[in-house]
Amino acid sequence: MRFHFKTTYDDDIRLFIDGWKLFLYGALLVLMLALPWMIDSFYLGEANNVLIWAVCGLGLMLLTGQTGQASLGHSAFMALGCYSCVLMMQAGVPFIIALPVAGVITGCIGALIAIPALKLHGVYLAIATLALAILADDIIVLLEPWTGGVSGIVPPDIVIFGYVVNRWGNPTEWYYMTLVVTLVVTLLYRNLLRAPLGRSFAAVRDSEISAQAMGVDVARTKTIAFGLSCAITGLGGALMGLFAGAFNNETFNFLLSIQLLMMIVVGGLGFIHGAFLGAIVIAFLPQLLSIVSDMMGSGVAIPGLESAVFGVILIVFILFEPMGLYGRWLKFRVFLELFPFARKDMFKRQKSYLKTERLR
Amino acid sequence: MEVLQLLISGLANGCVYGLVALGFVLIYKATEAVNFSQGDFMMLGAFVTLGFVNPEYMGLPFWVALPLVFLVMGLFGYLLDLIVLRAVFGQSQVAVIILTIAIGFVIRFSVGLIWGHEPQSLHSPLALGDVRLGSLVLGLADVAVIITTFVMTVLLWQFFQRTKIGLAMQAASQNQMAAYYMGIPVKRVQGMVWALGGIVAAVAGILYASKGSIDPTAGFIGIKAFAAAVIGGFGSLPGALAGGLIVGIIEPFAARYLPPGYSQIAPYALLIAVLLFRPHGLFAQVRTKKV
Repeated sequence: MRFHFKTTYDDDIRLFIDGWKLFLYGALLVLMLALPWMIDSFYLGEANNVLIWAVCGLGLMLLTGQTGQASLGHSAFMALGCYSCVLMMQAGVPFIIALPVAGVITGCIGALIAIPALKLHGVYLAIATLALAILADDIIVLLEPWTGGVSGIVPPDIVIFGYVVNRWGNPTEWYYMTLVVTLVVTLLYRNLLRAPLGRSFAAVRDSEISAQAMGVDVARTKTIAFGLSCAITGLGGALMGLFAGAFNNETFNFLLSIQLLMMIVVGGLGFIHGAFLGAIVIAFLPQLLSIVSDMMGSGVAIPGLESAVFGVILIVFILFEPMGLYGRWLKFRVFLELFPFARKDMFKRQKSYLKTERLR
Repeated sequence: MEVLQLLISGLANGCVYGLVALGFVLIYKATEAVNFSQGDFMMLGAFVTLGFVNPEYMGLPFWVALPLVFLVMGLFGYLLDLIVLRAVFGQSQVAVIILTIAIGFVIRFSVGLIWGHEPQSLHSPLALGDVRLGSLVLGLADVAVIITTFVMTVLLWQFFQRTKIGLAMQAASQNQMAAYYMGIPVKRVQGMVWALGGIVAAVAGILYASKGSIDPTAGFIGIKAFAAAVIGGFGSLPGALAGGLIVGIIEPFAARYLPPGYSQIAPYALLIAVLLFRPHGLFAQVRTKKV
């Protein structure tokens, strides 16, 4: 067990708590940089997929994990980010500008949508955003001249400073590009949590009434949270579409946003690590299932097996480990650190009873 | 004439949406849990009936099978509450939303595994074919659906007004703590509400299957039912039914009079409009909390 003696106020909000943490994350970064030499291009593609999912997950985590608003409509914002990025690329805007601008556009539109959606909370917000996700599918078809409708778009090659990055041609460069985006987003996220804005997110999540009492502008905070969340998800969506190599209205189906929400719950709501752990689960589950069904000897694929297994995993997690995979790790770490003094009930959930939403 | 025909088929669809929305609001009112798998409950109810009634499965007579279906679906709802949902009692709504979505996935998969993914039709006494009145072609199933929904609504209303359990459910939904002090076993009452939700879903499923074929993805009409419930105002039972009818009626008219592509959008556009201008639905029941 390490003890942190805090001598300045800055100790509370330091990016890394101590040198050991800095070393660990540095080592992780070195490992990620060295990954292309350690695994073949198939698994590199999978790693790429994990990072892209993690970026999308971080976006939703900001809204659901930090601000406590459930959104079932983030697939719409993934689509928005993807289409705006690719349309700009087709118009000749260099990728390195198009990607951040796509994020900004998605964020602004997300914030605009959030203003009326702010009157809603809990279930209403979830259903309104779900409707948005379903509408997005139809709107993409209606805007066929731009979006290509059902036949979709094949995005042009990514060119960064005259250097072509193609998924099949040079997967290593693709991987590094995704890694850079992931790093930037993660750092942004981490810094946001240290800033007053991030604190007010947490205040709104824990209790809107007490946040209001402490002088947090709830409506403004929620709008910003929604906008930022959409911006990050838009970046992730753009990467996902480009990585897929072709996309249409079906790519950003509303089931994608449900999957995204499930992913961050399995990973651990409210933790940056949770988004990454959830992304690993969601990216490798199909592989794992196909390996298992191969071993079982049944050549036929069972339709819907993947989502059902994911559903069961999710039910188990919500019932037994609401803090997700990262929460499980935290508990394990405390057990090791306090050994042999860790007690079973240290993380026991507080008893709570129902507070009705109909009175507000 | 054409308008009348659109109206009747719309009403019949709307009744199914309304019944699913009713089950949804029933559970929400009593337990504050939002059952996002209510559409899948409906689909499950239809398939359980199909399993009992259709000759290729058990081949029971419809009216013998009906109480069995209610028993199975009621038990399913009760056990689901007992085993799964009671564990998240009092936790944040996000957890419950995600949990019920996951349950929906599992139900869809299990039904596909048991009964297959092909569309099947239920041998229902309500599937009566069409009747011609001049230029008007009436689906008798549509009329039957409307009548059944009406009867069902009256029964439910009487149940809540007259029976002891119904009153206990009302009390538990208005104030859990106070209901508990009055000696109402709140948890068991909530289990019964889930059972009732399962039964209402089964009725909706049978009606839906009588109007056409059914396959495991039919549960997705639950999404339209949420729209209906929100349009009607989330905590109000008549509101849910009214919202269902509104959504049901809008659909055929939008399909007839709007350019293609816009018709699927209509119910959701209405939903968003309602949320913008009356955030708690047309029959709102939300009051500001006084501290």
